[in-house]
Amino acid sequence: MTTLLQQIANGLVLGATIGLIALGYTMVYGIIQLINFAHGEVFMVGAFGGLAVYRWVLPESVRGDWYISLPAMLVGGVVVAVVIAVLMERFAYRPLRNAPRLAPLITALGVSVALQEAIRLWFPNADAAQPFPRVFIDAQVRLGDVSIPASGLLLIVVSVILAVLLQTYISRSRMGRAMRATSQDRDTARLMGVNPDRVIVLTFVLGATLAGIAGVLYGSFITNVDNSIGFQNGIFAFTAAVLGGIGSLRGAVIGAFIIGLIKSLGGQYMPGGTQYDYVWIFVVLILVLVFRPQGLFGEAERVRA
Amino acid sequence: MTALLEVDDLSVAYGAIEAVRSVSFVVEEGQIVCLIGANGAGKTTTLRTISGLLRPRAGDIRFDGKSIAKEPAHVILSRGVAHSPEGRRVFARMSVEENLLLGAYTRKDEAGVRTDMNRVYELFPVLGERKQQKAGLFSGGEQQMLAIGRAMMSKPRLLMLDEPSMGLSPIMTQLIFDTIKELQQQGTTILLVEQNALAALALSDRGYVVDLGQTTLEGPGHDLLADERVRAAYLGQ
Ligand SMILES: Nc1ncnc2c1ncn2[C@@H]1O[C@H](COP(=O)(O)OP(=O)(O)O)[C@@H](O)[C@H]1O
Ligand SMILES: [Mg+2]
Repeated sequence: MTTLLQQIANGLVLGATIGLIALGYTMVYGIIQLINFAHGEVFMVGAFGGLAVYRWVLPESVRGDWYISLPAMLVGGVVVAVVIAVLMERFAYRPLRNAPRLAPLITALGVSVALQEAIRLWFPNADAAQPFPRVFIDAQVRLGDVSIPASGLLLIVVSVILAVLLQTYISRSRMGRAMRATSQDRDTARLMGVNPDRVIVLTFVLGATLAGIAGVLYGSFITNVDNSIGFQNGIFAFTAAVLGGIGSLRGAVIGAFIIGLIKSLGGQYMPGGTQYDYVWIFVVLILVLVFRPQGLFGEAERVRA
Repeated sequence: MTALLEVDDLSVAYGAIEAVRSVSFVVEEGQIVCLIGANGAGKTTTLRTISGLLRPRAGDIRFDGKSIAKEPAHVILSRGVAHSPEGRRVFARMSVEENLLLGAYTRKDEAGVRTDMNRVYELFPVLGERKQQKAGLFSGGEQQMLAIGRAMMSKPRLLMLDEPSMGLSPIMTQLIFDTIKELQQQGTTILLVEQNALAALALSDRGYVVDLGQTTLEGPGHDLLADERVRAAYLGQ
């Protein structure tokens, strides 16, 4: 029983991480129908941005105070992630806006490799595990027999709060309305006076903000990072977005928690243990897509009169 | 006095296909002007170019004396040109109210937006009664009302309507045409594209015939209605 609860806790932490990344995947897809494979790297770059702030910006004297260092690292991670995402949109994807859909997709793969290499070149030894500051992670929160690192609990809480805030922003604000209009019918949105470039940049900025926060919190949970963390978590996040129904915010978050739970529970209870935990994720994905090709919360493709 | 809209020897192409070859016309402030012509003549292409969705290959478009031929769509809207597109194109997954708010997207005066929204609801009570419902649930005629109401929400000086009567019952068509007349009386200038040439010309101060991407005939609406060539080609007489 304790093991089960412990694995559920682990699954929720993983789900929270990939949920924050999956929101970026699903938003960008919703607006420009691009699977931005480089989005996982935005998460990775965010983690390194936070680490850089800790190593090279924060004075020694305050590094031990998590209430100073963590916010500073979050700001650093978000700023770096947003800058990278805006540059990527401006210089890699925007010129291909009207190109056949394969072109931006291949570009996204290229951007992904380029970012991994850029971090490897510029961040000392980024291809080996870099210790993330342990200011925060040593605290454990005990709930009955289960103990979760405080950093894991923080990830879950932040992830849920940000997902709710994002959903509210998109469904209530003027810019959110412009985003939805652009995703439903870009030309008609332009006739309303919506500038699609602004909406698209905003979409990348929102996605990168969530990914940057996820990167820093994930680093402090997992205690070390390297330049490959974006690849693995990006694949999970992409899978979560597809499982939930790409384009759907709610779907991305729920899909992410499902995947987190399958991975941790599958690794514990299914034959093959953690060696095969990936398999169960894709088995579930395939089963869902066979019976519901649009994903759990996706809109079925409709032909409209 | 310069006209509100001047389209001057406009030419527009889709890749190698030249859809508009030489379209020229003038819309004076306060008028209803209609473009009539067969299917595929280039009327929709002309409107989409005026509103900035397409780029002209040659020719000029001047609004209020200034060229808008190179401006992006959102700038043209904020200059005062609204476009209710062919096929209505309402945001099906959004409520009536959200569609109207999108029409007012560039406006900052919230009180004025509320007033104008109520005006749309007065004009089209069916929209007011179901303002929280998704636009996709409405009939074709009701969606057309919404599309026109949405275009009005930007308080345009020039309202362009592309085939507002398409697919509507005669009663609904009459309602839409009455509304267009009413909008003109309230001071909006209107550029109307119609297949229903008879009704459109009867309503219009001026009409232009578009044929194979060119404006070929023009004149006051009633004169065109009486014109032999127009009657033969477009009124089936
Ligand atoms: N997106 C497009 N791509 C290529 N050709 C088009 C496109 N839209 C319209 N056309 C062509 O341009 C011509 C004019 O079309 P259109 O402007 O829609 O005419 P109308 O509105 O008068 O019926 C037609 O020959 C049509 O086939
Ligand atoms: Mg047309």
